[in-house]
Amino acid sequence: MSETKDHRGRAVRKVEPFLEDPEAKPFWASLSEHKLTAQRCRACGKLFSYPPQGSCPLCLSPEYDRVQLSGKGKVYSFVTYCRAWHPSYEDKVPYNVSLVDLDEGPRLISNVIDCAPDQVKIGMPVEVVYEDNEGYTLPKFRPIK
Amino acid sequence: MGHITGRYAVVGVGETKVGKRPEASTHSLHLECIKACLDDAGIKASEVDGFITNQPLNDAHRSYAVRMANMARMSPTYATDLALGGATPIAMVQNAVMAIEAGMANTVMCVHARKRATPDPSPGNPIRHGEEHWEEPWGHFSAVANHAFTAQRHMHDFGTTSEDLAHVAVATRKHACLNGNATMRKAMTIADHQASRYIVDPLRLFDCALESDGGGAVLVTSAERARDFPKRPVAILGMGQHHPHFSLMDAPSLTTLGGKKSSELAYKMAGLTPGEMNFAEIYDCFTITTMITLEDYGFCKKGEGKDFVKNGRIEVGGELPVNTHGGPVIAGAYRRHAARHRSGATAPRQ
Repeated sequence: MSETKDHRGRAVRKVEPFLEDPEAKPFWASLSEHKLTAQRCRACGKLFSYPPQGSCPLCLSPEYDRVQLSGKGKVYSFVTYCRAWHPSYEDKVPYNVSLVDLDEGPRLISNVIDCAPDQVKIGMPVEVVYEDNEGYTLPKFRPIK
Repeated sequence: MGHITGRYAVVGVGETKVGKRPEASTHSLHLECIKACLDDAGIKASEVDGFITNQPLNDAHRSYAVRMANMARMSPTYATDLALGGATPIAMVQNAVMAIEAGMANTVMCVHARKRATPDPSPGNPIRHGEEHWEEPWGHFSAVANHAFTAQRHMHDFGTTSEDLAHVAVATRKHACLNGNATMRKAMTIADHQASRYIVDPLRLFDCALESDGGGAVLVTSAERARDFPKRPVAILGMGQHHPHFSLMDAPSLTTLGGKKSSELAYKMAGLTPGEMNFAEIYDCFTITTMITLEDYGFCKKGEGKDFVKNGRIEVGGELPVNTHGGPVIAGAYRRHAARHRSGATAPRQ
């Protein structure tokens, strides 16, 4: 995941998440324990959208709690990458990227896995699965059978 | 009717040769269209007192406008660098109007140039869009995919098909064939579009803008001063912006975008309606973008874009010719053509 050159020999970014962001650090820490969390505003009670930020996007209150989500949601839209934009994805095409609307409200950009890309549908119920990588865990989703 | 209506005008346009320009840096492309624009307007660089740029994506600058102004030996009393993605060029024109209205400058040049086809070696650093690290770990990298998400949702909600999108590509290519500066000038059929490979399904190769090297510049001044310029000015009748979301994770809708409200603001300022437009030059990074924007701009109802784009309606000679330059989607040409038509309202979307 950390190649530094693409096929034209140009330097490319790493594709790991940035784990040092102060507001996102607890999000990544929870994921490593296989818990999907979101921020909930203490003032207005609403859940923050992703990515994590320092104040409630709706009322700008800086006071919030972190709550565990069910990990269940539905596919809002999806695409199939037929071309790799990064060397680390060259052996993965075609692959799915989906917008997953979690049952509690927030939306994540993620992958629907354990399912052929052409079998993914809008509205498909999905649940979180945790992909452990070296140093971090990514939330991904699979169809609820 | 807004009080700026008809009080400002475009009095010069210039564009570079578009396509593959390995011999030119981004800075050189800027200078090339600055020169073309000055020549078109019949003035000298020293007469330009307002200057607006958009810094190169691969070469972050603190004050690109001042650097470029200096390279052309301008000493503007107003300069700024503007970055609003695909809406940048038209937002520059709005900004020029605002600068003149505020008394900061009289004659403002807006320049936008990019190296997207050949490498642009630079000792500098790239500019981030800001949320790469919330997308790339899941393999999401590209603008194509952002628009493929909207296409997928449009198809789901309204029954739009890939073949419907082909009609946009075919019409735009027809226009490219009429533009001597267009890169792609071979006629395209619906079947050609349907045979092109998927880049990010549901968008195919021929749904995507061609990445080009090139740029364009326009010169804006007051309607009063415009009379002193040699060519017929293009009056600016209305303008608007709307930025409803940044990330797909916050998008209230994928099928109604900022163009709905920005166009409503522009129509209101101009005192005109969609039915009174004779043609439309709109940002068409992807075919789905054209279709959604036509709906958002009120030329047809939401979801009816798939029918609107057929039967030659958006071709030259049709009811509403769209992107008569041949578009970034197809021609690799930049959007200076509206000014060449010597008419128009402006409404950016983001």
